[in-house]
Order: sequence, then C-alpha cells, then structure tokens
Amino acid sequence: MRDVAVISFAQAKNVRDAGAVNEVEIIMPVVAEAIAQSGLARSEIDFTCSGSSDYLQGAPFAFVMALDGAGAWPPISESHVEMDAAWALYESWVKIQSGHADSALIYGFSKASSGKLREVLNLQLDPYCVAPLGIDSVSLAALQARALLEKSAYSEKDFAEVAVRNRANAKNNPKAQLAGDYSVDEILAEPCLVSPLRKHDCAPISDGASVIVIAAGDIARRVCKRPAWIRGIDHRIEPHSLGARDLTVSASTRLAAEKAGVNQGPIDIAELHAPFTHQELILRDALQLKDDVEINPSGGALAGNPMMTAGLSRIGEAASRIISGQANRGVAHATSGPCLQQNLVCVLEGE
Amino acid sequence: MSEPITQIVTPTSLDYTFTAGGATERFLRGLKDGKILGQRCPKCQLVIVPARGACARCGVPTEDDVELADTGTMTTYTIVHIPVPGSDVKPPFVAATIFLDGADIGLFHLVHEVSLDKIRPGMRVKASWKPQEDWGFSLTNIRYFVPLDEPDVDVTELERRIAHA
Amino acid sequence: MSGELCGIVGIGQTPYCAQRADVSIAGLCREAALNALEDAGLEWRDVDAVVLGTAPDMFEGVMMPELYLADALGATGKPMLRVHTAGSVGGSTAIVASTLIESGIHDRVLTVTFEKQSESNAMWALSSKQPFSPHINAGAGGYFAPLIRSYIRRSGAPEHIGMLVAYKDRLNALKNPLAHLRIEDISMEKIESSPMLWDPIRYLESCPSSDGACAMVVAREALAKDAPKKPAWILGHAMRSEPTMFCGRDEVNPHAGRECAKDVFNQAGITDPLKQIDMAEIYVPFSWFEPMWLENLGFAEEGKGWEMTDEGRTALDGDLPVNCSGGVLSSNAIGASGMIRFAEAARQVRGDAGDHQVPGARTALGHAYGGGSQFFSMWVVSSEQP
Repeated sequence: MRDVAVISFAQAKNVRDAGAVNEVEIIMPVVAEAIAQSGLARSEIDFTCSGSSDYLQGAPFAFVMALDGAGAWPPISESHVEMDAAWALYESWVKIQSGHADSALIYGFSKASSGKLREVLNLQLDPYCVAPLGIDSVSLAALQARALLEKSAYSEKDFAEVAVRNRANAKNNPKAQLAGDYSVDEILAEPCLVSPLRKHDCAPISDGASVIVIAAGDIARRVCKRPAWIRGIDHRIEPHSLGARDLTVSASTRLAAEKAGVNQGPIDIAELHAPFTHQELILRDALQLKDDVEINPSGGALAGNPMMTAGLSRIGEAASRIISGQANRGVAHATSGPCLQQNLVCVLEGE
Repeated sequence: MSEPITQIVTPTSLDYTFTAGGATERFLRGLKDGKILGQRCPKCQLVIVPARGACARCGVPTEDDVELADTGTMTTYTIVHIPVPGSDVKPPFVAATIFLDGADIGLFHLVHEVSLDKIRPGMRVKASWKPQEDWGFSLTNIRYFVPLDEPDVDVTELERRIAHA
Repeated sequence: MSGELCGIVGIGQTPYCAQRADVSIAGLCREAALNALEDAGLEWRDVDAVVLGTAPDMFEGVMMPELYLADALGATGKPMLRVHTAGSVGGSTAIVASTLIESGIHDRVLTVTFEKQSESNAMWALSSKQPFSPHINAGAGGYFAPLIRSYIRRSGAPEHIGMLVAYKDRLNALKNPLAHLRIEDISMEKIESSPMLWDPIRYLESCPSSDGACAMVVAREALAKDAPKKPAWILGHAMRSEPTMFCGRDEVNPHAGRECAKDVFNQAGITDPLKQIDMAEIYVPFSWFEPMWLENLGFAEEGKGWEMTDEGRTALDGDLPVNCSGGVLSSNAIGASGMIRFAEAARQVRGDAGDHQVPGARTALGHAYGGGSQFFSMWVVSSEQP
C-alpha cells in the first residue's frame, strides 16, 4: 500500500439555511481555501471526487452544476458518488493506491434546507414494502434508540450526556451550527420529539460543504509539515431490511474497524458521524474505544450535519487535529443509510 | 391462482424551496426591470449569461454585472415536434441557442414568427417581451425571440473569436 | 497502465425491453449479477466488494438505491460503493471496480448497473419544472439536437448520415438477442418516414427507454488467468469532466472527450487508434453522435467522421466496426448503458459476442459520455495479456 495522507481540510460554516446561495456559491470558496492551504496548485491535483445527493436539492444532476465551482477547466479526471463524500475520499484513496493518481481533491455539499429532510430520507427505504409506509428518518432512529434502551444498560441519561458533551465541544468549533452549555437534567426535562429521542438527541439539519485534499508519500511530505497519514480505511454495509439486523450494535463498523486496524495502536481522538446521541454509544462500542479517547472534539454531527459531507468532515476534523499536532492517532467514521446501515472507518496518524 | 402483482403505484410528493443563488437573483431582478444582466469574468473578461456566480472556465467568482442588448445571433437550433411535459408551448417550435450582443455564451430560448424552412444558423434575432405589467422575476418575460432584418453573422467566426479570447 | 493487472472474468446482462414487469429493481440487478457470476464460474462468496452505478435517483424514485440493493446483491458484510457520473456512470462504475483490483485491495469485485425506466419517467425527471429557467428543454433530445445541428453546419455532413447510423445499428441489433429494439423490416425508408422529434433527430434515430441491468466480475491477474473462460484484459481506463457551460466551450467536439481518449490510448500503448483498435462500442443515444464521437476519439479528423460512416467503415464488416451490439440506439437502460458499452467491448475480445462477433477482435474500446457532453469514461480491453 502507498502512503497517503490528508494534507488539507476546509469547511463552510454549518448553518440551518444558507439562504440565497447556490451550490457553486457554497462550494467555490471552500474549494479555494482547501487548495490554498494544501500547498498544491489546482493543476497539480490529479483526481477530483465528490459526494452529494440529488434528492437534497430536489433536482437531478445537482453535482453537475457544482462542478462549476470545483475548477474543472482544463478538463479534470473526476468522479462522483451518490453517497457521503467520505466514500468519495475512499474512491480517491483507491485511485491513488492503483497508481492512477498521486493526489486528489474531495468535496461534498448539502443544501438540505431546500426540502424536508425527514421526509426526503424516507425514499432511501425499500420502495415496495417500506417506503410506502411513510416512516421518516427520525422515527427510524427512535426505533433503534428504543431497542438499545431495552437491550443494553444505557439509559436516556446516557443519551443526554452525549448531547451535553458534543454541544460543549462545539463551542470551540467556529464552524458549528449548534453549541452551548447544557445540563443533563435540563435536557431530560425536555419533551420527546419522537420517543425516546429528544430534540437534543438529534443532529440539526444543515447546509454546508467540506473539502479535503489528500496526497501520496513524497508530495504530502513536501507540502505539509505534519501530514495526517491514512493508516487504514475500510467500509462495510449491512442488510437493508431492518428486521434482518440487530439495531443495537453496529456489526459493519466493528468489521470496518478491524480491517482498518483501529486497535493496532492507541487512539487519542475519535470523530464519529452519529446524527443521533444513541448512535454515538453504539459506535463507541463497535469501535471498542477506551474511556480515555476524546470523542468528537468538534462537536460531531450533533453540532452540524450537512448530509453527504458530514462524514467527510469527520475525517477532516480528525486529520486537522493531527496536522496541528494536537493529536497523534485518531479514528474518523462516516455513516450512510437508516439506522447506521453502512459505515466507513478511517485511521489517521501523525509521523 | 390469483393475478400476479407486477406493479404498485406509490405516490410520492416532496416540496422544495429552490434558491436561485446570489448571481441568479441579480439576473432575475434585472429581468423584472426589462434588463438582461450578464457578468464579466475578472480574469478572461468574457461575459456570461445567465451567470451563476462563477466563470467555470477560469474557476473564479464573477461579480461585475454587464447589461446586455436584447438582440443577438442564433448559432444553432432544433425544431421540436413533440410536446414538452408540463409546458404549454405548442409544437412544432424552435428552441435555439442565442448569443446576445455583448455576451460570449449562448442563451437557450425560443424563436418564433419565422417560417420553419427559413431557420438557419447565423440569423439575427430580437427579444419579444411580454407587456411590462406581466413582467416577473423570470426569463419568460421574454416570450420568445423573433427574426431581425439584418445580415446573417458568420457563426464559425463568432465561435473562433470566443474560443481564442 | 498502473498498479496490478485487472481482467474481466464474468459478464452478465439481462435482456433489454420496455418493461420487465416480472422482476423488482432488486430482481433485475440480481439477474444480471447472477449471470455475471455464472459466466465467471463463481459464487456470491467469491466476491469481495460490490460497486453499483445508476443514473439520477429521481428516475426510479429511490434515494441512494445501493442501500436497498445491498441485500439482493450479496453485499452485506462487504464494502459497497455507489457511483453516479450522469450518463457516463456505467463506464465510470466499471472503472471504479477495476481500480479496486489494480490497487491490490481486493481479489474479485462485482460491479452492477441498472435502470428500470418502466418504474420511472426519465423524460419527466430530466425536464422537471425548475424555477428560474424557461421551460423549453424537451428532454435529452431537445438538448442534444442543437449540438447536432452545429456539427452538420461545421462539417458539411449530408443529411442522410444520421439515418445511415440508425440503419446500421438497427441491423446489428438483429444479431443481438438481448437488444430491446429489434426491427425485422428495418430500412432507410422506414427510418426516413419515422416522425421527426427534435430536428434533425427522427424517432428511429433515437434510443428507446429500456429496463435492464448489466454486471461484470473483475479479478486480479492470477485469478483472471485461471478463470474458466478467457478473460478480457484492461489495458487502460480514463475519465474526464468539464463544466456544462462556459464561454468558448466546444460542445460538439468537447475537450474533455479528446483528452480522455488520448489518455486511455496512451495507457494502452495505442498510437494509431484506427489501425490498432479492432472495434468500438461508443455511446450513441442519437444517431448523429457516431460521427461526432469518431472525431472526438481521434478515429477521424475533425469534420471527417461522417465520411467513415458514409463509406460503411463502421459497419460490422468495416475496418472499425462500431456498436455491433446495436448500441444505445437499440437498448437504453440509462444507468447501465455505459457499462453495456464496456461489457460489449470485453465480450468481443473474449470472442464471446455471439452473432455480432467481429472475427478476430483483439483490442476494443468501450466509451460512455454524460451530462451536456461533459463527462467521459473509456477503457481499452484486449484478448492478449500484456
């Protein structure tokens, strides 16, 4: 395997509604910032890959227009996944491993404010038997949370603690949408949104964009003082049928973590893409993270969850702490689909 | 044995609130006042219409608005013979690429009031606006373009000029 | 070519038709996947990862269908990727699958693409009413017809060229039992008298709306060598994109396509494409795109592509047979159409193309494009192990 590292990360401020801006206007400044910070010229970046979903914008080919903001002239070698851009990073990493590229620009963006996300996500379900029932994404997560409460030792207090910590961590994240000091009691006193989930258990709906530049060995060393090396990256999917899996564990995260070698060394920080508090608990267990691991120093998806790029942002957040020297070995995670159906795990390390 | 089920219909309806974006917003506001606004790229100096806030050729944001004429040159076209779903334009109709005078990129619109066998690349055309009281924030303020009694423009030359600009 | 050598060891398609009422979306994909596995002499457990590709999710009304298709494609517990690069997606998906092998990450990868147009309305999805733009875009035909008009103006091609391409591809389709449109009494007269849709595109010069899926299994060198059937070896692959609209963009002969072709031929060691490529499967949804792409790919000089068509050089017995399967004009399961081109090129060099086989084909090009002629993906495959 070739050595490949994250050398640059930039993101737009996560906001509930970015207002009167289009995809190009959201992406362009963030792409420019990430490229400037990478130390590479646009023309020196071999491959470009993005992640987005047409259903967020409600228009086919949303990613096509976005290309206007990505610097695609002269023509670029480019691809797109209809997934969180963390998988676009995976595709780019594979491209570099295959020797077809030495560097890559990865971006993801969301304008979820255009539609009603909870209803939109219903269309991810089996179109014949489940989607017609009209169940929304928060209700599905609540189903999972209830199963967890019934089966494990976790309580709603544990959920609230996750919310309190993430919101507090987000105070140090200038790009966060939600941050602040809360107490567990305060949160538990709130009514349920969809039982057993309260508003604070759920990630906000966000507009945003994030961009990462990765590069192979010598290039990374040349342009970056302390690259965040990708020591392992793997992703796995589980059955779609909710009845076919145990919702209280994340078998795919556990397997991906094993393949990515999460526990082959001590972990300082973890950035987990958990749009719901109970999912962070499930992921922590699946990754077998020890108690001393700092989880979501950025505030995680609970601080801002631009769909299709929140996973990429987790990799960026973990990488930037390694690049800055705050951390040495971190794990980043991204998820896709209802109730953590698909998961990606990336291990990052300083030199 | 009962009839096999081969298809079910699941009506789905999603509401979206579209955002035009900053550049498009200025373009639409211009149309409301009967003006066609393009944007000049600060780098290549070419004028884009409708602008989306960036010159995709140079990869830079565009901010400088330029008012364009409502006359131009039709560079290419098609005669559409089938109805367009959701549109009240009756076929056959001419859909064409029009380079407005002062712009360096084609705008897609309709050309009417011309016999179909007279349609040719290089034709000069002019916008036919709706009555002013019907103007909204829309390119449909221009109903369509109509032929202008001027000599044809050499399209090959026009394309060459922009490509080499 | 970089990385490890990758071979195509299994190819599976469904028949293409207007409506597959007997299967669900999952059933359609699974059918192609099973055919590919059978062709490769493999079982589900032999597959390390699955790469799915399809056109805009709005076609079928399923958001990110890889999630729902994971079960049917035996992907659970495995890595699964979902590619979407507009019309070129079928090609791009095959390329992503190949890089998973070339990188040394996996041994065997299953890649699947599909479209079930009968459960959707592509024309509606493509021209759905958007605010801020006049509503005159009559689907893909309305978009591409003006580009064809530009091509005719520039090249001076005679008007019958489009019909000639349609005639040739429809004759080829009669040799391909999987093809959707198989018109037994096809003739130039029949094409000429078919209704004009988007001038100069006639009904019989356009692609149909098809249901169908296409799958392939790609494997690393050692496993491909031991496969029960002769593999097709990937000599090179490339992707290129450029923005939809910018001043001075050549939409007829796009720069991205020219660069993509140069790259893929360079990787494959091809210096004289016309001489060294034995056949090509090129993405031609409207007949006139054959001569346009012949020029863009470098098989003909600019403005001369139509002469190759006119002289019959792209027919099954010509010196560069193009779209021997009947092409996109005969079967268009949009999300799969690019992969069908890639797979049909591979079938040819495996000597496994049935009645539409080009005798002795050793090196073939698979080509796909999408968006506003702005996304390109290509590969060159060979019967000979490099």
